Amino acid sequence: MKKKVISICCGTGCNASGAGTLFSNLKKKLNNIKDIETEITVKNTGCHGFCEQGPVMVIKPDNIFYRQVRPEDADTIIEKSIKRNEIIEELLYEDPTTGKKIVKEEDIPFYQSQQRLLFGYNGDINPRDINDYIATGGYEALKKVFENMNQEDVIKEVKDSKLRGRGGGGFPTGKKWEAAFLTEEQDKYIICNADEGDPGCFQDRSLIEGNPHLVLEGMIIGAYAVGASKGYIYVRHEYPLAVNNFSHALKQAREYGYIGENILGSGFSFDVKITRGGGAFVCGESSALVASIEGKLGEPRDKYVRNTEQGLWGKPTVLNNVKTWASVPFIINQGAKWFTNIGTKDSTGTMVFSLTGKVNNTGLVEVPMGISLQSLVFDIGGGIKGDKKLKAVQTGGPSGGCIPENKIDIPLDYEKLTEIGSMMGSGGMIVMDESTCMVDVSKYFLNFTQEESCGKCIPCREGGRQLVEILNKITQGEGKEGDLVLIKEVSKTMQRGALCNLGRLAPNPVITTLKYFKNEYLSHIYDKHCPAGVCKDLISYSIIEEECRGCQKCIKSCPVDAISGVKKEPHSLDQEKCTKCGSCYEVCPFDAILVK
Amino acid sequence: MSINTKNVSIKVEEVNKITSKYMGEEPDYIALLQEIQDKFRYLPKDALKICSEKLNIPLSRLYSLATFYSCFSLTPKGKFEIHVCMGTACHVRKAPKMLDKISDHLHIKPGETTKDQNFSLETVNCVGACALGPLITVNGKYRGNLTVNQVDSILKELEEQVE
Ligand SMILES: Cc1cc2nc3c(=O)[nH]c(=O)nc-3n(C[C@H](O)[C@H](O)[C@H](O)COP(=O)(O)O)c2cc1C
Ligand code: SF4
Ligand code: SF4
Ligand code: SF4
Ligand code: FES
Ligand code: FES
Repeated sequence: MKKKVISICCGTGCNASGAGTLFSNLKKKLNNIKDIETEITVKNTGCHGFCEQGPVMVIKPDNIFYRQVRPEDADTIIEKSIKRNEIIEELLYEDPTTGKKIVKEEDIPFYQSQQRLLFGYNGDINPRDINDYIATGGYEALKKVFENMNQEDVIKEVKDSKLRGRGGGGFPTGKKWEAAFLTEEQDKYIICNADEGDPGCFQDRSLIEGNPHLVLEGMIIGAYAVGASKGYIYVRHEYPLAVNNFSHALKQAREYGYIGENILGSGFSFDVKITRGGGAFVCGESSALVASIEGKLGEPRDKYVRNTEQGLWGKPTVLNNVKTWASVPFIINQGAKWFTNIGTKDSTGTMVFSLTGKVNNTGLVEVPMGISLQSLVFDIGGGIKGDKKLKAVQTGGPSGGCIPENKIDIPLDYEKLTEIGSMMGSGGMIVMDESTCMVDVSKYFLNFTQEESCGKCIPCREGGRQLVEILNKITQGEGKEGDLVLIKEVSKTMQRGALCNLGRLAPNPVITTLKYFKNEYLSHIYDKHCPAGVCKDLISYSIIEEECRGCQKCIKSCPVDAISGVKKEPHSLDQEKCTKCGSCYEVCPFDAILVK
Repeated sequence: MSINTKNVSIKVEEVNKITSKYMGEEPDYIALLQEIQDKFRYLPKDALKICSEKLNIPLSRLYSLATFYSCFSLTPKGKFEIHVCMGTACHVRKAPKMLDKISDHLHIKPGETTKDQNFSLETVNCVGACALGPLITVNGKYRGNLTVNQVDSILKELEEQVE
């Protein structure tokens, strides 16, 4: 009998656009059909990566890719695509550059240059069914470890793979494990950092939601390697589906004997507990996270003693990011050598980026380390939205920096990014076009870090406040001579004196934007002008008479009745009344509103 | 026995039941507070007092946790809790304007609840659905790919549900 699988993304993004109803519609419809020769399964899966096109679905084995599928499309899909093998044109993805419709998933440019390792199986797995994971070769690595490898072997394999932590700093994972392994202590812990505090990042979330067993298998192997009997996964409370799917995975893994007492008869015992974060960004920092699990305030401590010596409850603790743990089963199954063949010499493996902002294809993108930013933004991302020009790409979140357009050919690896003042961070990547004001962007990030500062040390607490104040003034047209020097001085103090990396790296956004976009700062300070037309106090709205057709759309959208005019005649805008909300600019179909 | 605090009446037995789960050697106070908040949608003062007495820990310790972690609220929330995502991806797609608009419409600032207890307005630093930005959540449900102008109709729709 022929088999077909309809794989529907029910990740958070697609769900928000109606994937859940679509899924149940298809199920209902299928239950009522008996007369076809094909065995059809509808699978509810995690994120496929192309979230902006959601809800997305793939019909296997032919890999027909449908996007923006509505719940009411269920009927047509079954009648046409399943029963009669027909393609439904309207549901196909259309390449924004060529205008061509594409049928198969693998032919879509967004997927073509990717190398999906961690995310490769998301479309084949129902995260609530452990058998789906097992069918993709899941838990084979764990068996291999128990059958053929002692603790040193596992650590050596991970060291040889040159895997580096995916949580931001890029610390060699094998080294960290070895340090914990070599301590005398009997009780040890491992922790999975799933706090994902960086705004604009959702890859950790998608991985736990979509393939929880992969993360869990990595954690079990790590626990075995260092000799830990208990593990914690610290998940943000904003991620309820991740908490649910992971709890469910734990339950099933326990039933199958992959966690708990005497795992697979190996004599090794290990269990995992889920901790929900409290919504504080600083808790992603390793020592703060440990404090938070202990039920205390999430304040970082000085690091002269490492977690691998004294971490949770004072015991040796290995803390790794979600993607780091998820990489482990691949390394064990296919070997360190295979892993080092992906990526560059010192940055091995793949990296998952959350590609967002003013780019045509937004979503999760997994690429080999070392791929150029150019290729990521233009080949995979499909270029810039609208007819706008690329201005910069922000990487590394609040600790990172902006890469200007003229450096777009840089290869993405840990060292190269740091060299030009940015960071790999946890993989956030925000594409910015001409309409983004770089002063506003750095103000945004500094505001963020300042609000999230725990306040324990003065350089971060006071320095952050100073920087925000200066930037506020600059964007309000009250910038003055000497501001830029002051910014640099305060930044230096924070970089040298702050206790943890939140404060030490916080000045990065302002430092890189100053380095690459100094002119924008100068025109805010000296010309009282915001070139991108963003900073409210420095802009005004007006109507271009020649362009205005008097359609009256703007009148309806203006909350303060600042626009008047008669139908089909040019309108006028009262600067006195205008609160600069920008609603009129958004709605005008003829680009007749001018921002200056 | 039940104590009436403003709108929510808390059942002492319920608080006791939750609290008794956290009497072990290494009680996780954050999880305890989360569970209480899940139950009442905020942390009622009387509930905290019960925890403090039962677990024999200073009330101030619970308050310091409740104020440090942003998921906790010491005041009751409105019928509709609106969270506006102010994460980077949403920010570059005009989330601040959306926030202004909602704030103007409801006449409350972020962190506040309307007098009639119908709406609370909060900001959040990314809910991990960035491809749908700018977005808001209403009682945890996502409303994505919004334009500033769509906000009006959403608010109207909610206001109708209140009446
Ligand atoms: C303020 C701050 C926030 C952080 N947030 C996260 C986070 O959300 N997720 C994460 O994995 N690492 C985060 N980190 C990095 C962790 O402290 C730690 O280095 C990392 O989780 C170690 O795992 P890795 O070696 O696998 O990268 C953060 C660091 C700082 C200073
Ligand atoms: S640098 Fe900032 S976040 Fe880190 S310990 Fe100091 S005050 Fe707290
Ligand atoms: S910017 Fe806002 S307030 Fe000003 S005219 Fe346009 S819609 Fe009205
Ligand atoms: S929306 Fe644009 S074209 Fe229409 S009346 Fe307003 S300014 Fe004129
Ligand atoms: S949530 Fe569906 S593709 Fe990401
Ligand atoms: S930035 Fe808004 S959901 Fe991530």
